[in-house]
Amino acid sequence: MTAQPTAGVAASAAGGGEPAAVAVRGASVRIGGRTIWQDVDVTVAPGEFVAVLGPNGSGKSTLMKAILGLLPLSAGALRVLGDSPRRARARTGYLPQRHSFDAATRVRGVDLVRLGLDGTRFGLSPGLGARARARRRQERARVAEAIARVGASAYAQRPIGELSGGEQQRLLIAQALVQRPRLLILDEPLDSLDLPSQTAVVALLARICREDGVAVLLVAHDVNPLLDHLDRVVYLAAGRALSGPAADVVNGEQLSALYGMPIEVLRTRDGRLVVVGAPDAPHHHGHRHDHGP
Amino acid sequence: MNANPSPSWDPVRDVRELLAFPFMVHALEAATIVAVLAGVVGWYMVLRRESFAGHTLSMMAFPGAAGAALAGLPAALGYYVACAAGALAIGGTRRRETRSGGGESATIGAVQAAGLAAGFLFLSLDRSVLSGLEDVLFGTIVGITRAQVVTLLIVAAVAVAAVVFAARPLLFATLDPAGAQARGVPVRALDVGFMLLLGLAVAATSQITGVLLVFALLVAPAATAQTLTARPGLGLALSVAIALAVAWVGLGLAYFSIYPVGFFTTSLAFAAYVAARLARAGLDRRARRA
Amino acid sequence: MLAHGFVRDAFLAGTFVALACGIAGWFVVLRAQVFAVDALSHVAFVGAIGALAIGLDARVGLFVLTLALGGAMGALGRRGRPDDTTIGIVFSWVLGVGVLFVSLLATSAAGGSGIATANTLFGSIFALGAAHARVAAAVAAGVTVAILAARRPLLLATLDPEVAAARGVPLRGLGIAFLLALALIAAQATQAVGALLLLGLVAAPAGAAHRLTARPALGLAVSGGIAVAATWGGLALSYALPSLPPSSAIVGLACGAYALAAGSAMRRG
Repeated sequence: MTAQPTAGVAASAAGGGEPAAVAVRGASVRIGGRTIWQDVDVTVAPGEFVAVLGPNGSGKSTLMKAILGLLPLSAGALRVLGDSPRRARARTGYLPQRHSFDAATRVRGVDLVRLGLDGTRFGLSPGLGARARARRRQERARVAEAIARVGASAYAQRPIGELSGGEQQRLLIAQALVQRPRLLILDEPLDSLDLPSQTAVVALLARICREDGVAVLLVAHDVNPLLDHLDRVVYLAAGRALSGPAADVVNGEQLSALYGMPIEVLRTRDGRLVVVGAPDAPHHHGHRHDHGP
Repeated sequence: MNANPSPSWDPVRDVRELLAFPFMVHALEAATIVAVLAGVVGWYMVLRRESFAGHTLSMMAFPGAAGAALAGLPAALGYYVACAAGALAIGGTRRRETRSGGGESATIGAVQAAGLAAGFLFLSLDRSVLSGLEDVLFGTIVGITRAQVVTLLIVAAVAVAAVVFAARPLLFATLDPAGAQARGVPVRALDVGFMLLLGLAVAATSQITGVLLVFALLVAPAATAQTLTARPGLGLALSVAIALAVAWVGLGLAYFSIYPVGFFTTSLAFAAYVAARLARAGLDRRARRA
Repeated sequence: MLAHGFVRDAFLAGTFVALACGIAGWFVVLRAQVFAVDALSHVAFVGAIGALAIGLDARVGLFVLTLALGGAMGALGRRGRPDDTTIGIVFSWVLGVGVLFVSLLATSAAGGSGIATANTLFGSIFALGAAHARVAAAVAAGVTVAILAARRPLLLATLDPEVAAARGVPLRGLGIAFLLALALIAAQATQAVGALLLLGLVAAPAGAAHRLTARPALGLAVSGGIAVAATWGGLALSYALPSLPPSSAIVGLACGAYALAAGSAMRRG
């Protein structure tokens, strides 16, 4: 159910010959006998900035995991960067939801970014010899480049536990960027950040999107920090999805149709959108909020 | 220990005197191997905040030794089996979130208590086990044979090789489990695998240092290294270096005095940690003022 | 069985010590301070042996050292809650000192040290004597009442420190006081089930309670109940089977209860 014409599965986007970054057609996912969502159509063109919105529990993370090939679809088709999700994973950068790092963690930001490059490598270092040294130099340069790209060069040498939420998030983005992905998927990256940090991170992502032509797919709770930079919105609720420009999707008429109940979208004087009347999706497992040490 | 030798305060002569005895050579070899093993494995253990698990596994050696003696099996076998069983029981369910509740530490505490209760039961069933109790608890540097050194070397080599092989994925899984999982690192397998490795290291080490003190060598040099530097490679190297220094000097001091070697190694390790903490605090304060 | 004085004393001391362990343990697990209790128990052993080595009553060292460590951990930690690595290093050093004491003891009071060591490590609940048993019961009961009286601020401080601080709950003071209470319990429990095993009475019943229910009042009751039941069962079993040490039986039952609770929770969840 889309607010724009359905795109073909292997559709080439507005940018010409390059395949769509993400093309989902008629997809549904069932987990443990429960249908999370069905009949979902999503297209992300190369270099587009797309937000995935919706209430808690509507399956936004599930959609991300499906796009990454971590979850199988029970129906429908899915192509990522013109390939199967698993094969595209090498060219996809993923920032999962994370808790912030413990203040006592004494490893540097630059090491964390480095792990994006070699963290999966079992076995000894490339070895000794001129070629190995050259390779190591090249890797160090790539790490420095990624850190510079996100503007974290000033504090990348400090222990990551000492940095603010926004600074940690930048380093995590650098960790994803170091692989030079064509698609970046971020699961609620703005969650624990204050408003200035949210704005800064969104601006950074938009810049990477524009200048490097990297498609960005971002899950968020609140569309407002993203409004200025978004190309399109995917709204997941009540087991279905709406896709289109923000104004076309996040309005009372569309959302009411989606939820099947009256929803109002208010626009404040400074342009912010507030969705009123949307219920959270029901939780199916009890959440015990353990606030430990 | 020997009450006779007194240090001549000439290091070269003292060391030569030490090395004149084969048992001291074996002790030194064993201490070296154990220090390297503890330095490497301990660094990851401290980074992963698994000190409690490490201590619990070291306690497992007690029922292992007692059970083996009861069953007429070699003590070393008991050590390895008990520590492996403990590692599996703890299950490598490290705290997923740093702010989780203590459910997992309750498991570790229960495993430790159950193991020790079993050990005491074995002890009560056969009092003859008691004769070896002191060695089990406090270790022995006097009775180390060549065969033991060789076994220790093999076990340590395997363990250190495993850590080196998985060094980067393990670091990734430790620091950033969500990110590592997203990249395809087998985080759960590494969690369980590391716990087993810890058990292996503990089982091997406690045969030399004794159950009560293996933990000191695992935790203090590593924690000292991590206080001094945040860089992984340097930290690992530093951890091993400190462990070696502590082991050698402790051994040497113990030789020339009547007090047990365990006291010296733990005191040295503790002193090193305190010094590092003070240094770090001083550096931080100066940096803040600058 | 209860006709014998020493059995009655054991039940008296054991019941109240177990209750204290269960009630305090529920909070210990919630606050993730099980390792701190481990440290206290090992230090208790060192204190007892150290006192013996210099010719004092074991209990002097027992109480002095546990209270000192409890206070130190509380004072050094953030908001009265220290981290595992620091705890580990401090008590590994204390164990090293303990090794020294044991060797001193071995050279000073030949022959008696082995029994003293074993009793300190594994308890001697059937050999407490009426006076000791009553004191143990009284201290344990007192600490239990104190913790129950402070249960609401303690719960708030644990679950939501920011709100607690805003409402005027003294986080540091409460944290230190809790650790001191744990130190007292550790010292008592050392005499009953021994230093090495008191961790079982503190961690296992509480762990089981947390798996079974999230409600505080019910959890406290279950934790205390399992601890007391395990003690009664363990004492009875040990009386019936003389080769089974009482502390092993008690801790074995407590850990068994935890395993059952964990298993059933896994099957349900």
